[in-house]
Amino acid sequence: MSEEKTLTRRDFVSTVEPRWCAGCGCHSTFTRLTSTFPMLGVPRENFVVVSGIGCSSRFPYYVNTYGFHGIHGRAPAVATGIKLNNPALSVWVMTGDGDGLAIGGNHFIHLMRRNADIKVILFNNAIYGLTKGQASPTTQVGTKTKTTPYGSEEIPVKPLALALAAGATFAARVNDTDTDLLSEVFLAAGKHKGVAFVEVLVNCAIYNDKAFAAITARETKTERTIRLKHGQPVVFGANNDKAIKLKGIKPEVVSIEPGKAASDILVHDIHNPDSTPAFLLSQMEYPDNPVPFGIFRQVSRPVFKDKTEPRPTDQDFKHLLESGGFTWKVDSNGNIGSV
Amino acid sequence: MSTKRTNELSRVVVRFAGDSGDGIQLIGDQFAMTSAMMGNQISTLPDYPSEIRAPAGTIAGVSGFQVCFGTRSVYTPGDEYDLLVAINPAGLKVNLSNLKKNGILLLNTDSFTERSLQKAGYSSNPLDNSELNDFRVFKVPMFKLCEKAATGLPLSTKQVERCKNFVALGITNWIYGRSLEPTLKWLQKKFGAKPDFLKVNTEALKTGFSYAAESGFLKESYTVPRAEENVPGTYRYITGNVATAMGLIAASRRAGRPLFLGSYPITPATEILHELSNQKKFATVLQAEDEIAGIGSAIGASFGGALAATSTSGPGLSLKSEFLGLAVILELPLVVVNVQRGGPSTGLPTKTEQADLLQAVWGRHGESPVVVIAATSPRDCFDATVEASRIALKYMVPVVVLTEGALGQGAEAWRIPALEELPEMKTWVRTNPTGFLPYLRDEATLARPWALPGTPGLEHRIGSLEKEDGTGATSHDPLNHEKMVKIRAEKVARIASEIPPLETYGDKNARLLVLGWGGTQGVIKLAVENLLEEGVPAACAHLRHLNPLPRDIEPLLKKYDKVLIPENNMGQLWRRIRAEFLINAERLNIVRGRPFRAKEIEEKAKEMLGVRK
Repeated sequence: MSEEKTLTRRDFVSTVEPRWCAGCGCHSTFTRLTSTFPMLGVPRENFVVVSGIGCSSRFPYYVNTYGFHGIHGRAPAVATGIKLNNPALSVWVMTGDGDGLAIGGNHFIHLMRRNADIKVILFNNAIYGLTKGQASPTTQVGTKTKTTPYGSEEIPVKPLALALAAGATFAARVNDTDTDLLSEVFLAAGKHKGVAFVEVLVNCAIYNDKAFAAITARETKTERTIRLKHGQPVVFGANNDKAIKLKGIKPEVVSIEPGKAASDILVHDIHNPDSTPAFLLSQMEYPDNPVPFGIFRQVSRPVFKDKTEPRPTDQDFKHLLESGGFTWKVDSNGNIGSV
Repeated sequence: MSTKRTNELSRVVVRFAGDSGDGIQLIGDQFAMTSAMMGNQISTLPDYPSEIRAPAGTIAGVSGFQVCFGTRSVYTPGDEYDLLVAINPAGLKVNLSNLKKNGILLLNTDSFTERSLQKAGYSSNPLDNSELNDFRVFKVPMFKLCEKAATGLPLSTKQVERCKNFVALGITNWIYGRSLEPTLKWLQKKFGAKPDFLKVNTEALKTGFSYAAESGFLKESYTVPRAEENVPGTYRYITGNVATAMGLIAASRRAGRPLFLGSYPITPATEILHELSNQKKFATVLQAEDEIAGIGSAIGASFGGALAATSTSGPGLSLKSEFLGLAVILELPLVVVNVQRGGPSTGLPTKTEQADLLQAVWGRHGESPVVVIAATSPRDCFDATVEASRIALKYMVPVVVLTEGALGQGAEAWRIPALEELPEMKTWVRTNPTGFLPYLRDEATLARPWALPGTPGLEHRIGSLEKEDGTGATSHDPLNHEKMVKIRAEKVARIASEIPPLETYGDKNARLLVLGWGGTQGVIKLAVENLLEEGVPAACAHLRHLNPLPRDIEPLLKKYDKVLIPENNMGQLWRRIRAEFLINAERLNIVRGRPFRAKEIEEKAKEMLGVRK
């Protein structure tokens, strides 16, 4: 593959037919991501897609790049090793709510805090799909699953809040049906220098169908979601007639004259070095609040180990072995002397 | 202690003991290093508590450092001590039982106060009763000598008394005719910027030395002539863990592959991580969030073309098991260093053991063969690691290197090899896309090609699901699975063709063979030498390769009427030898957090041969 050739989506689709169920949100995410890859100006051979275990973790098999399907929850570790060993590679982690936040929760935190230049797509369907329907760390309270037949009692984790708390320098949320936003966010994530976290709400048609429909359904989404735009007031509603204002440290929905946000309306700033406003947005949940989508945060921080050290010389090597403090020489007559 | 002239010794064992924080490890290192630089063979064994500061003055807080040095046959840190240096009563209490009859006991009498005697569990002062009658007791008021050394210096009593270890070192140096020069040089380097500390420690060392000379305790000091053989070259005093780190760097350099270490701090393996963290020119190091991420990042780096390693101890090896199985199915090169300690669970973090052998060989789910290699001494950690790297790269397999706490922490003199002396490292890095398949195989080794991300045209996917041979595509076909299980096993089995024939040492007509692996090499050899000296015919052989086993092991063992397998576990190699070869081998096991003593092996061998004591 020569670098001069213009890459298209077709170059990134492998010959393996995706085996996700019909109606699964993984399909649209796959389509948008493979459409984004050619736009990043990275040669195909420099892409590595890494995953753990779960429905979404089958992703690498379907992408015609270097791919690594690992073990449950551990993709961040593998990806970190790949990236640190060869900083020229564009490394993408595909994970899910079980893989990334339950069994891999610890790795997730450290992946976020280190800020290695790794992109992380978390397919959140709020269920364990591949094991046929158990509650996951993002399953809503009250949801009946095979392991929560009386309704889930556990408080779900908020993936974006966790990522931000751990120090993510790029954090975004998209819904699987919002193809334009998927493309926009994937492109921005791909271009970000440092760790980029994208939560995609994906529908599991088999085990948790319409889990997010209350928010994202066509008929409700304009009133129940916010499309975040950098530098713009946080407004929503069919006629842009609602906005978010801070009352103390609480977000509050207020009505505004359509399209005209007053000065006390929260203005979204993705580059704000203080993550508090982004964190506050990440806490907003339906039904108390509308749910924000788009890029929450994008800041520039030193990237973990992105500099390659000069290759040591033979002299460096000799010096290394002979260092360490206690060294001496024995000559051919058996005389001992200092080095 | 065999003697030529009355004051000439060929092998000596010294044990330094005191409170952790007394600087015992430091003077132990200085004494061993000085002996090595004077041409002696050396072997050391640090022995310290797992707490950073256990309650001061108590038995639990005793830190020990043992060194054997001599002219020949220094294979171990030694059995019984010729000299015990006890800086406090607890150090005496813990170690006295292992001091030779008529051995020298160097005591800091200033520390034998009522309070510290009580803390050590003495109901009466051993200086005043008959408890020490079997020994030559050298009573030295070390705090008073510290004060003398500090004359005119603006230091507090506490600061002055901290030099007692250098007083003790000075005395020990005089007893065995050691030069002060190496330590004086070291002090200069260490305290050059702090003239008062330089002065007080220097004076403490010299004061101890001249006090011993003038005391008349011994008429003259002993001499320990240098080793008969000193191969020309540059030497270094090195611990096993540092040797392991150097082995990884050397292998990476020899193979022309970048080195990556993913690791997590754990006693007694952490120094490997420290050493490589300090060498960023030579290694990319990730201090991972846990043991699992340590090996996971190493596997990622290996996929990317690194000579990748992870270092750990027992509990960490347990945590790494699943990822180790992944490396098996991915057929990627990987070096896993396990510095064994007492288990199970947290067990004895600072104490040595050999009880992870079966875990290393078989401790994963599924049919998951890995190569296992064991280091035999501190300096051999270098060679074992180089050998592990060579096999990992050539065969595209994970290799577990078993070292032991006593090897990792222990030190020896090491002749630094030139890069050309190291074995050649072959890799099969593929760049040609024509006819490429990820699971193509080299006919001889069965290795698959290493196709590195960044290589145009070799884009491919690997994963934890079973592979179809050749294409590497996911396959659930039952016959393919069986084929792949057998290929992975055969690949490991074939490595046996490269293992050099087992060497035996000792009496050619012996009926008894002592078989060991790992860190027992020195003590078994010493035991066999001692048996031969006593006229008891015995022989020994030692295993470096634990999986696969050498091909000649079965015929070799079957030549002997009796086979004895001493291990610092409950019989793990013993079990395997019996199971695979139907050989009625006997075992000798101690799991006491310390290496064997030669005498223990000698006694068992004599019992097996029906030799009366």
